[in-house]
Amino acid sequence: MGPLVPQEIIGADWNLFIAFVVGIGFGFVLEQAGFSSSRKLAGMFYGYDTVVLKVFFTGAITAMLGLLFFSLFGWIDLNLIYVNPTFLGSAIVGGIIMGAGFIIGGFCPGTSVCAAAIGKIDAMVFVGGIFLGIFFFAESFPLIKDFYMSGSMGPLKVSDVFGISGGALALLVIIAALIMFKLGELAEKKWPREEY
Amino acid sequence: MKTKYMNPYLAGVLLGLVLLMAFFFSGRGLGASGAVKSVVVAAVEVVAPGHAANSSFYSKYVGEDKSPMKAWLVFEMIGVLVGGFLSGAFSGRLKWKVEHFPGITANRRLVFAGIGGVLFGYGSQLGRGCTSGSALSGMASLSVAGFVSMMAIFGTAFALAFFFRKNWI
Repeated sequence: MGPLVPQEIIGADWNLFIAFVVGIGFGFVLEQAGFSSSRKLAGMFYGYDTVVLKVFFTGAITAMLGLLFFSLFGWIDLNLIYVNPTFLGSAIVGGIIMGAGFIIGGFCPGTSVCAAAIGKIDAMVFVGGIFLGIFFFAESFPLIKDFYMSGSMGPLKVSDVFGISGGALALLVIIAALIMFKLGELAEKKWPREEY
Repeated sequence: MKTKYMNPYLAGVLLGLVLLMAFFFSGRGLGASGAVKSVVVAAVEVVAPGHAANSSFYSKYVGEDKSPMKAWLVFEMIGVLVGGFLSGAFSGRLKWKVEHFPGITANRRLVFAGIGGVLFGYGSQLGRGCTSGSALSGMASLSVAGFVSMMAIFGTAFALAFFFRKNWI
């Protein structure tokens, strides 16, 4: 039966309203988890607060398992779910630039908007920076277009690359996450900090 | 450790359910940087419509029957502002403040926040999505791009953490 809008079970007119409701949930959970604090987010990279690791991986795994089980029960057609296409070179270089932005700025785009919503001025400046950065990209697009389009692999899934089922991949991700959660807990004990 | 925030594993499950809801209803995941891109496109279209129509970047999003602000991610991010505000109000965290490590000045924090934002904005377009759109939603749909983005973003932040430690610890 799902996804509901692409299959026209719910009219396309409702899609933007759904986006708004989903966004409220997204913003509420991010703020409750403490993602509105750059010092808490940056704690990930110094070991004193690994909330990013825990929330991010628990979230990804929950949605991953949800999709796999929904598909198993016939509740969702995975062929209609958007899978972001892979362009290896630009994904890696883009990710490296974003990683630098993360440790320098202390936020990522979603968390900065969430933090701006509760009055964090540093987050508002970060959002202004994102705006400028995207503008620079748009203006430099003709120069970088060839690299941007290179290495296209389409909407490729990790499970297909390794020739395993989606469920087997999910199990491996869960095992990896449990090990990382344990390391995170140990790091927090080793470098304790007051909370922000 | 006493915490004023939600248990991170519970928050993660709730985040996953929000993401699953986006997939189940709209057939797509969450995002953030794409909404700012819409704002950039809309702003350029207003300020320099000729430039927007001729540019190989903006022309993909502007035209007779296209309005860049009427996008899924724009409405989702308006929701994030509302949801974040409600959570802050609910937990007594609404406050104008420049949050920074006591060892640095507020101005230094703001300069670095701005530089970080520029880098994240640029990288999010090159990498076709940020931590939410490419890494989180991509991983949930098992996409190679999602796992690659996640490793590149977090790997680089870890690798550079030493050089920026004075800003944080």
